Amino acid sequence: MTPTAFAAALALNLAAAVAGLVLPRGARRAAVGTLTAAGGAAAAAAGTAAMLGGEWSARLPGLLPLAGARLALDPLGGLFLAVTGAVAVCAAVYGIGYTRHGDLGGRVPQAMLPVFVAAMALVPAAASASTFLAAWELMALASLLLVVAEHRSRDEVRAAGLWYAVMTHLGLVVILAGLAGFAAAAHGESFERLRAAADGLPPAGRAAVFLAVLAGFASKAGIAPLHVWLPRAHPEAPSHVSALMSAAMVNLGVYGIVRVGFDLLGGGPAWWWLIVLAAGGLSALYGILQAAVAADLKRLLAYSTCENMGLVLLGVGASGLFAASGARTLSALALTAALLHVVNHAGFKTLLFLAAGSVLHATGTRDLDALGGLRTRMPATTALFGVGALMASALPLGNGFVSEWLLLQSLVHALPSGGTVTAVTMPLAVAAVALSAGLAIATFVKAFGVGFLARARGAAAERAREAPAPMLAAMAAAAGACVVLALSPGLVLPAIARPVAVAVPGPDAVSGPVTLRLAGLSGTVSPLLIAVFLLVAAVGLLALLRAAATRRAARRPARLWDCGAGPMTARMEYTATSFAEPLQRVFDDVLAPETDLDVTPLKESAYLVDSVTYRTRIGDRVEHRLYRPVLAAAARTGEAARGLANGSVHRYVGYGFYAVTGLLIALAVVR
Amino acid sequence: MTGILGAALQVVLVAAGAPLLVGLMRQVRARAEGRAGAGVLQPWRDLRKLLRKEPITPHGTGPLFRMAPLVLAGSTLVAAAVIPLVTTRSPLDGAADLFAVTALLALGTVALALAALDTGTAFGGMGASREMVVLALVEPTILLSTFALSVRAGSTNLGAIVTATLDDPQRAVFPASLLALVALVVVVIAEAGRMPVDNPSTHLELTMVHEAMVLEYAGPDLALVEWASAMRLTVLLGLLANLFVPWGITGDSLALLPAGIAAVAAKVAAAGAALAAAEVFMAKLRMFRVPELLAGSFVLALFAVASSFFLVAP
Repeated sequence: MTPTAFAAALALNLAAAVAGLVLPRGARRAAVGTLTAAGGAAAAAAGTAAMLGGEWSARLPGLLPLAGARLALDPLGGLFLAVTGAVAVCAAVYGIGYTRHGDLGGRVPQAMLPVFVAAMALVPAAASASTFLAAWELMALASLLLVVAEHRSRDEVRAAGLWYAVMTHLGLVVILAGLAGFAAAAHGESFERLRAAADGLPPAGRAAVFLAVLAGFASKAGIAPLHVWLPRAHPEAPSHVSALMSAAMVNLGVYGIVRVGFDLLGGGPAWWWLIVLAAGGLSALYGILQAAVAADLKRLLAYSTCENMGLVLLGVGASGLFAASGARTLSALALTAALLHVVNHAGFKTLLFLAAGSVLHATGTRDLDALGGLRTRMPATTALFGVGALMASALPLGNGFVSEWLLLQSLVHALPSGGTVTAVTMPLAVAAVALSAGLAIATFVKAFGVGFLARARGAAAERAREAPAPMLAAMAAAAGACVVLALSPGLVLPAIARPVAVAVPGPDAVSGPVTLRLAGLSGTVSPLLIAVFLLVAAVGLLALLRAAATRRAARRPARLWDCGAGPMTARMEYTATSFAEPLQRVFDDVLAPETDLDVTPLKESAYLVDSVTYRTRIGDRVEHRLYRPVLAAAARTGEAARGLANGSVHRYVGYGFYAVTGLLIALAVVR
Repeated sequence: MTGILGAALQVVLVAAGAPLLVGLMRQVRARAEGRAGAGVLQPWRDLRKLLRKEPITPHGTGPLFRMAPLVLAGSTLVAAAVIPLVTTRSPLDGAADLFAVTALLALGTVALALAALDTGTAFGGMGASREMVVLALVEPTILLSTFALSVRAGSTNLGAIVTATLDDPQRAVFPASLLALVALVVVVIAEAGRMPVDNPSTHLELTMVHEAMVLEYAGPDLALVEWASAMRLTVLLGLLANLFVPWGITGDSLALLPAGIAAVAAKVAAAGAALAAAEVFMAKLRMFRVPELLAGSFVLALFAVASSFFLVAP
């Protein structure tokens, strides 16, 4: 079943790409969307089959030059393939409605979407270093072309595309270096060969390989401080592409770390995983803090991806740490939590990005400060975004709650068994998870409450119209998946146990259909029961209230309290910026907001003010402090080097002469 | 059997007793300030009065505004059924541990904050914004204190933590427990909206947090909100009391249930009276001093975890 479905997925996506290139504009959208969705469904089926035991491998010697291509699907790759396929189904169906206008219906964006999906399906199925890198690069190129799809209409798209191109290729370079070094040491490049040779490598070599691939994969997963492309590319990309990138592509960074770290290198010393854990924790905090103060809806969601991938990496790091200290059960539990969070995050982030796309489609703006009041104009989108926000904020009845609960359980139970290292890191990790959970709640209350409730703050929001049917259907499918994941995680946990067993062999860490029980540890939770009790309590209270309230009159509308000053205008509402202001003040030292106050006095008197302009901007501090200086230094070096090339051929020949002579002398000294 | 009966009793006890606790706290405060006070039953009389009023829908509010009080009160009732107040044998104990109870209470807060934003007034936005800041900063302390307590018990399950303290009374005075107690007291004060984080009886814009959020509610809706916030305070104080002073709680015995009821009522009343007495001598903190207080409690919780490992590790 697995190879047939996988081949069908690739074939359908290829057909969709061809359809996107050759069909006329009228028929293109529907054909591409339908074929890509079918390809996504086939990929999801192949992934699920691989997770449930249908492992498969193939060697295609003629496909790539020199080494040929090797493909294989095991449960670990299957999980990521299934997630990618499911996200692709939603994004493709959504795209049918979303790409109706503008540049998005063009040949290149339409043809690149299925190519992107196919490349993302190939990455977890690759079974040799060269196949993996080829699929990885194809994925990067296809996504880059999709990110810049709207470069004609907005200038920011170009900058975003440039950042994305540079970061993704730097990432490719380090992954390439790591895997090439690994393959050279292992005398072979198939994953089987690498796995077998890993134990024979010297510790320094293993560490170098791990650190190189970690940097590359962490950059793809959007882990701070390598995340800078993410808050630029996600907002500027078309929304269904943002959903694909944020819910499916970044996961593959996690896949790479788990595959290389656990599977190929066979785990490692505790310090590797401490680095992963620390990077995850810092990224979770930094991401959610930036999301909490962001006023651009899609930028907020992009930073939330940084946060969630940080939490996943925290789980992966904890898992590696426990495995290094011999605590197998805990290790499996932490990895289960991380992989479940990958699945959950894919669900709610698809939903949120698609809903944000509907808002953008209807109003033409992503600025929360100009939105509001969409509840009455776009009721379905509002309800769906509300579901997504609940799922993302780690509250009960949401799916994020289940995986964060599992993650916290694995961290809390670590203490008695570990050494001093765990005793110091685990409380900090718990604190990082807790603070990011609290800030996530504030973030999504802001996004939903300010963006969708209350009254419209701008003309664009007043004219909003509900999204067309394909878009609503795609969002509803994502929301349905989230609800199932939230209420009965017991359905998917057995399937996640198999990928976990690939990395950390051992018994299942979590069991139970309704109440989740941890193997060997004490701790239970039952999301379904909580939901049922909550429903019973709310209905009971409603009945009680109906019975107790003596006046049964219909609800009478009344004026809002306006301090007696006349009707309230939309300008008096709290905006996203004002909502986040207290948080911004509390975390002033971390965020370093820039404020400008320009006071223009009247000519006649310095004490009479003509106009006051107040501007505040919260940039990405990592970008300012870490990347800008490097970019500036590179630019300065380039300027300075210009003097070297004055156009004289004699001089260039001279450079060649001195270079060769220098090299010869150096060789003579070294040899 | 004990469990089901106990859980039902807990819900009834919290539902009926919460307004009395608020009445008691107001009475203590009134006496300390040299006033006669309105009596312990006054909150119940207020609720009855509100229930008789006409239901009102402010202009421009949606379904979320009307559902929020139900979610707030409902989540608190579920928490009351789950946590060990009268008995450690609640049949629902397995459904939610300390993490889940915290998150459940947060769900109610979030519903109310969204309702406040839904009104589109500056007050509503202000209250919601401030409440979310407090919530976000309280979360790490709660989870770290939980961590400190569960390390000793080997479980985050509330019944297990309480039973572990009952089995080994010395636990109650371990440094970890004491530090966690102080941290959790600060957290409970912040979560319940008491002084010095929030003033429950204020009507001054500058100092409002919770009150600003519920400004648009009237009639039966307001009754539900008021009742729910009284219940939250009761649940939090009851949880605090039983985590650190669990004696008197019923285990398996059916006959001891009345004793369990009396014990938890006495403990919560004592805690409430102490809190009210302390509030008399306190002024509300400035909004931007509150994070400092919460950061202090966070550090205490961190010390609690550290000491639970380093001081008593085998």
